[in-house]
Amino acid sequence: MVLDETTKMVVLAESSPILPSELALRAYELSTDAVVKETCYGLIVTGSEKTVDEIIKELRKLDPSGIFVKDRGFPPGDSRRCRAVRGGGPRPGFHQLERESNILPSISYGLKNIDEPSDVKGREKRKKLTISRFIEIIEEQSKEDVNG
Amino acid sequence: MAKILVYPSNSLILADLVARFGHEPLTLMRVIRRKIKEVGIDSPPINVTPEDPKRGLKYAAVDVPSGVRGRMALLDPLIEEAEAAIIVHEADYSFGCMGCARTNELAKYIIRKKDIPRLELAYPTDDDEAREFVRKIRDFCKSLTSTAEVIA
Repeated sequence: MVLDETTKMVVLAESSPILPSELALRAYELSTDAVVKETCYGLIVTGSEKTVDEIIKELRKLDPSGIFVKDRGFPPGDSRRCRAVRGGGPRPGFHQLERESNILPSISYGLKNIDEPSDVKGREKRKKLTISRFIEIIEEQSKEDVNG
Repeated sequence: MAKILVYPSNSLILADLVARFGHEPLTLMRVIRRKIKEVGIDSPPINVTPEDPKRGLKYAAVDVPSGVRGRMALLDPLIEEAEAAIIVHEADYSFGCMGCARTNELAKYIIRKKDIPRLELAYPTDDDEAREFVRKIRDFCKSLTSTAEVIA
């Protein structure tokens, strides 16, 4: 194991024209010192910090606003995280990644059009459901259930 | 380059944007990596060192659930190192058991009490809000760069 070994996740926004397989091929071209794993959302790259940073820098050039990167604690295929040995189910961290992946196209749009004026301030804020309304909904629903 | 604590501390979007705008994101993943790589620490779940309970007790009393203190032990190095913070509210996946909920409240409270520049936002729900979200983070990162230059 390299002492300064680091692992990074490269996640593609849904709106990106790049495919994970293209990213993986480019990553393999760039270096032979790193372990590259292709995934449904992008890549996992493991290697020395310098190598990984260089690969990420080059990969970002393919789609600067559509490629997102974050650190990952565990290396790819680690038995403490890998679903293959944990008997299935989502791996820890999946739900967070899934939730943020859904808004990546908007963030990507935001990065592209960062300096365009917007009218967000004038908009009404989404209101939360009040407790009294929630009670009403429960009562209406329970009446419906009783009536069949 | 400032060390910016992001909250939720494993956020992909925040970690990426902070790094993109020239600063170092402080995320939970680096603490986890240290935990699993450091020589002498066993594999989870038996990787609690004698230092960890002490770290947790810095923030919460002994009668507070161990889940809160355990989580705070992981967040402690990040809070200690932070020179600035970005907090995002209404993160769906932060919702969880009482341990998660109370840790979220406590961590945010401690970050607010720390005398560091802070940006608080909500997750965007559409393109326009996302643009505003990205712009606010960019401006915040820029302001940190200019402050650092003045101090230097």
